[in-house]
Amino acid sequence: MNQDSKNASKTEDSIISIHGMHKWFGDFHVLKNINLEVGRGERIVICGPSGSGKSTLIRCINRLEEHQQGDIVVEGTELTEDLKNIDIIRSEVGMVFQQFNLFPHLTVLENVTLAPIWVRKLPRAEAEEQAMSYLERVKIPEQASKYPGQLSGGQQQRVAIARSLCMNPRIMLFDEPTSALDPEMIKEVLDVMIELAESGMTMLVVTHEMGFATAVAHRVIFMDGGEIIEEQPPKAFFEDPQHDRTKLFLSQILHH
Amino acid sequence: MTKSFNPQSYEPGTHPDLPPPAITTGLIGWIKTNLFSSPLNTALTLISLWFLWQILPSSIHWLFTGAVWSAVDRKECWAMMDAPRDGACWAFIRGSLELFLYGWYPEPERWRVNLTFILFGAAVFGALRENIPGKKYWLMFAAVFPFLAAWLLFGGFGLEPVPTGKLGGILLTLVVAVTGISFSLPLGIALALGRRSRLPVLRAICVIFIEFIRGVPLITLLFVASTMLTYFLPPGSSFDLLMRVLIMVTLFAAAYIAEVVRGGLQGLSSGQYEAADALGLTYWQSHRLIILPQALKISIPGIVNTFIGSYKDSVLVLIIGMMDILGLGRARLNDPDWLGLAPELYIFISLFFFVSCFAMARYSLSLEKKLETGHQS
Repeated sequence: MNQDSKNASKTEDSIISIHGMHKWFGDFHVLKNINLEVGRGERIVICGPSGSGKSTLIRCINRLEEHQQGDIVVEGTELTEDLKNIDIIRSEVGMVFQQFNLFPHLTVLENVTLAPIWVRKLPRAEAEEQAMSYLERVKIPEQASKYPGQLSGGQQQRVAIARSLCMNPRIMLFDEPTSALDPEMIKEVLDVMIELAESGMTMLVVTHEMGFATAVAHRVIFMDGGEIIEEQPPKAFFEDPQHDRTKLFLSQILHH
Repeated sequence: MTKSFNPQSYEPGTHPDLPPPAITTGLIGWIKTNLFSSPLNTALTLISLWFLWQILPSSIHWLFTGAVWSAVDRKECWAMMDAPRDGACWAFIRGSLELFLYGWYPEPERWRVNLTFILFGAAVFGALRENIPGKKYWLMFAAVFPFLAAWLLFGGFGLEPVPTGKLGGILLTLVVAVTGISFSLPLGIALALGRRSRLPVLRAICVIFIEFIRGVPLITLLFVASTMLTYFLPPGSSFDLLMRVLIMVTLFAAAYIAEVVRGGLQGLSSGQYEAADALGLTYWQSHRLIILPQALKISIPGIVNTFIGSYKDSVLVLIIGMMDILGLGRARLNDPDWLGLAPELYIFISLFFFVSCFAMARYSLSLEKKLETGHQS
């Protein structure tokens, strides 16, 4: 499988390609010369210490953050100032946040149907039918009429995943999806993500869940100080890291 | 090992839910905790009771039992009391009610005012009431109501024109207040969004407007409206005084609403904006569906506060010579038949304002409760 993914990432068929990308927050150089090709159906886990720029990197892919140099091409569309391109890309790229970011004034069903109705212009009945099928897929159809504030963190995060999936995205971005969850709820969210991975979705996941990385990732990327330090298939990444910085990081997160 | 304090003990994991201790509940419990919880509180309670004992009987006598409800003038009022001024002469208010309500609106046309009041009631009811059939149409009706009311009150297009100077009393107060309230909200929201816009020119215009209006007292703006505005307008254009006042009152309230709404917008976590963006919603979609519903909900107390303030500020128009309820009432005090009845007048006006403001405040509370969805942000 790892062999496949390496081939995939080198073909013309990459779904995301990032070349020589730089980003600054004011004077702070947060991303330095990022080059990344993501193949269709590829699953990448990004890890690294906090402040390493990993969240910023995936937020650049749907333009929640603006990059200042280099280029990012998603599904053949380059991310520029052009608002139309940005809206096109955003409707093709789903994102799941650390803090879930559900809309608290809307019910679960309304959260999940909102974008299909307003962005995809689906008729309400069709959107609701599709929403219920995704809520079943994340195993909470019975919560459809509740408000997010009445759900547990794990349930909210699964709703957030369903909300993204309802746009039928080609790519899913996960920004530390389990970091804000109680330990008992992490598994229910990871299970949904693993199921999603098995369906062939292209996924970029910022996480420190190394079990998840081992189970589903084609590649693990390690970032530090705004740079990609190392990228490896998970087995090689965990068993034979090349850089001292990676070894130090792994020793700190794996042995305690 | 250690003996439990609770006489009953349960196996781990089997402890049932028990009711709370009974001392803290019930009427006796309430009186104990709220009125007699400490020597100081007991003393304060007793002093308050003594104070009420001193003022309540005479107040009730003056306001109700000793008051005169119908008479032709104050002399008849006094004659009906044990001693002149022994009670309130409510006959004064009753006799002036029509004037207070309609001002000098021509008598044969007053059905138009009544109809406007009825439609106003319907618009408020329809706009505020949840779960009524055809909510969409009620809202559309509420949106066109101000224009409908303007036509009904001022005439034209088939109705006898009534000069705006004929408006007075409660009618004028309500026209000023309702116009200010209903137009300041959309304008204030637009200003708040403009102030947070990424377009520098738009942002600058909104900031300058808001800060200028907030930095100048309303009375000054009203004087500007009554005296100076004609100099700024193209020569030859005449602009009704009431119209100028309405515009000023609206702009004034809008500047305050804008700041309240901006507070609400900033109270939202950036995650809400990001989630809306990430789903591909456009700026207007995300604001209409995600941002504003939540920001306005947060802002309800501030918005209603501004509404109440601007409602009460509407009496300031008397300074530029407009006869709202307060101005008209004060003029009525000079009527030889009713000389010296200021307490009755001011109690009546206070009650009028208190009832409407209290209703607004209660509605805002119930609205907050209704919009509560269990979310802690």
